[in-house]
Amino acid sequence: MRIIAQGYPAWAFTGGVAYDAALPAVLLLHGAAMDHSAWQWQSRYLAHHGYAVIAPDLPRHGRSPGTVRTSVEALADWAADLLAALGRERAFVAGHSLGSLVALELAMRHPGRVTSLVLAGTSVPMPVGDAFLAAAKDDSPAAHAMQSTWGHARLSQLAASAVPGASLLNASLRLVERAAPGVQHAGLAACNAYAPDPARFESLTTPVTVIAGRYDQMTPPRAGEALAKRIPGARFVLVHAGHSMLSEAPGEVLAAMKTAFAGAPTGA
Amino acid sequence: MTHSPPKPPHPDTLAVHAGQSPDPATGARAVPIYQSASFVLPDTDTAAALFDMEIPGHVYSRLSNPTVAVFEERMAALEGGAAALATASGQAALVLAVLTLMGKGGHVVASASLYGGSHNLLAYTLPRLGIETTFVPARDLDAWREAIRPETRLLFGETVGNPSVDVLDVPAVAALAGEHGIALLVDATVTTPYLGRALDMGAHLVMHSATKFLSGHGTVIGGVLVDGGRFDWDASGKYPTLTEPYEGFHGMVFTEESPVNAFALRARREGLRDLGACLSPMNAFQILQGLETLPLRMPRHVATTRAVAAFLAKHPAALRVHHPDLPTHPDHELAQRLYPAGASAILSFEIAGGREAGRKFIESLSLFSHLANIGDAKSLVIHPATTTHFRMDERALAKAGIGPGTVRLSIGLEHPDDLLEDLSRALRASQK
Repeated sequence: MRIIAQGYPAWAFTGGVAYDAALPAVLLLHGAAMDHSAWQWQSRYLAHHGYAVIAPDLPRHGRSPGTVRTSVEALADWAADLLAALGRERAFVAGHSLGSLVALELAMRHPGRVTSLVLAGTSVPMPVGDAFLAAAKDDSPAAHAMQSTWGHARLSQLAASAVPGASLLNASLRLVERAAPGVQHAGLAACNAYAPDPARFESLTTPVTVIAGRYDQMTPPRAGEALAKRIPGARFVLVHAGHSMLSEAPGEVLAAMKTAFAGAPTGA
Repeated sequence: MTHSPPKPPHPDTLAVHAGQSPDPATGARAVPIYQSASFVLPDTDTAAALFDMEIPGHVYSRLSNPTVAVFEERMAALEGGAAALATASGQAALVLAVLTLMGKGGHVVASASLYGGSHNLLAYTLPRLGIETTFVPARDLDAWREAIRPETRLLFGETVGNPSVDVLDVPAVAALAGEHGIALLVDATVTTPYLGRALDMGAHLVMHSATKFLSGHGTVIGGVLVDGGRFDWDASGKYPTLTEPYEGFHGMVFTEESPVNAFALRARREGLRDLGACLSPMNAFQILQGLETLPLRMPRHVATTRAVAAFLAKHPAALRVHHPDLPTHPDHELAQRLYPAGASAILSFEIAGGREAGRKFIESLSLFSHLANIGDAKSLVIHPATTTHFRMDERALAKAGIGPGTVRLSIGLEHPDDLLEDLSRALRASQK
């Protein structure tokens, strides 16, 4: 689906069915240097179970052209405009990694827009190591390998894949390799720089679910749990996965999302 | 500035562990053989979601199976691919690749140096479905270029041709494929990921007959097709099977579902579903048993092959010896660059005395088994012109580098001295 957000085209996956404006909306935000397909499984399931799925490629990612945004705040405003362009007052919002920060900021900057918030593979702050940032700045293949390797449970290739026949690590590597020059660094730098005033968490009135991967090497579960403790009423869910929990444990993540969305008022 | 990426596990480790966790039900350390046609669907909602690809999982063993999946994931890891599909044979892998990418009106450009079965499929069977192939000399890049037509959808060759043992310049052909927005499929049966990874050289898809070195013991028929995940199907614009809605699966657009796994998704959801050439769990288990020792076996295969090649090169009854590790081979430098650890355990030679001498030679061998296979622990011999490539006419045989006296050897794991003695004796007998 093509949408004009902030005056520029954006592309969003709708889960394999036509977008239905009459259904409650779910906005799914991907992480740095990824695209909508990070949410492949959750998108398709939700789209076939009563939700209007909007899984955009962030600006300059995947099929969305435009200029890469360099801050979480700018991406949150873009996401708000995307929802507005679709005539959506409210939506269920889930974000992964960089997308989780965007989702969190969206809920804090535009509190009326988010019905229920799911933050997967998250931490605030979300520091990124200097070596990783430097490699990404040079668009080095090493940065691609760092993201895909650390983005999964340690030695994930030595275990059975949640998706029969797929190498989740190599598929993720290929996706990162496709990112336009500068995109990976912009996303990682945005994560690294994001430093909201923790007092703002207190103002969140939206139900929040934090999903952490037990084997996450990038946003360790204790960081996700710490964030959940700082958000009033937040639910914390631990899944058997690394940072790429959307594909490493698609069923567990989906179950947590279904619970989160079922307990909230309609997002349409 | 130099950046150091994380170190992945070595191929030896991947060959033993990749794709398998200890069995969650029993704790079994070895890969269990899930000899089950179907898998219980816990409730109707889950069943519907599984059928509609809303959640991953096993439904029916023609589409996926836990034992087969270990083999697939191990091969994806070893080849550096995004996904892999196991098939009933290497032939099935080739059919699956072709039919996933094109239909009637499609065109393939293939190396003339192909396994006879692949040649049969491309030259005789696929034309009945409206898919044509132009065969070109593997080494002639201009011929590859000139053969490409607007309807060309695939370039295809073997990493090391069988039986002529010529080396495909995968990086050069891949660059040509890239220029034209066409995918390159490489049959890496002879080299295996141990000797060289074709995806790293630029190929987009890799296939194997797992019957050969991957399983390594001549006990099983199987194949595998690996999707590298790098080819941009959308940008190419030549692959509507992947980029346009597929009515056979609720209008799914495979590149939308997953840009990097689109090929593998369609190949599984359509190809394995409809063509049905799946691998059995028992065969997957046997291939996995072999795969675990691939990194141990290949160096031995290669070392003995080099000894045999050197022996034959000096033997008066062997007129010409074809192996890329020999400095006299036209692809020697290319082989050194692409396959520094060795360019296969297959070699061929022209025997003095032609067809009749070839017959005597084969019938005088004791250790070498006369049969139509390669990549066994046991050394093998065959006369291609009358067996594996017998459907090819004289012109096609010549194009594939096969003469009436060509003999192909597949070198096994026996002691090199015993093999050399066997060869020496048989060569002597052939000249009487």
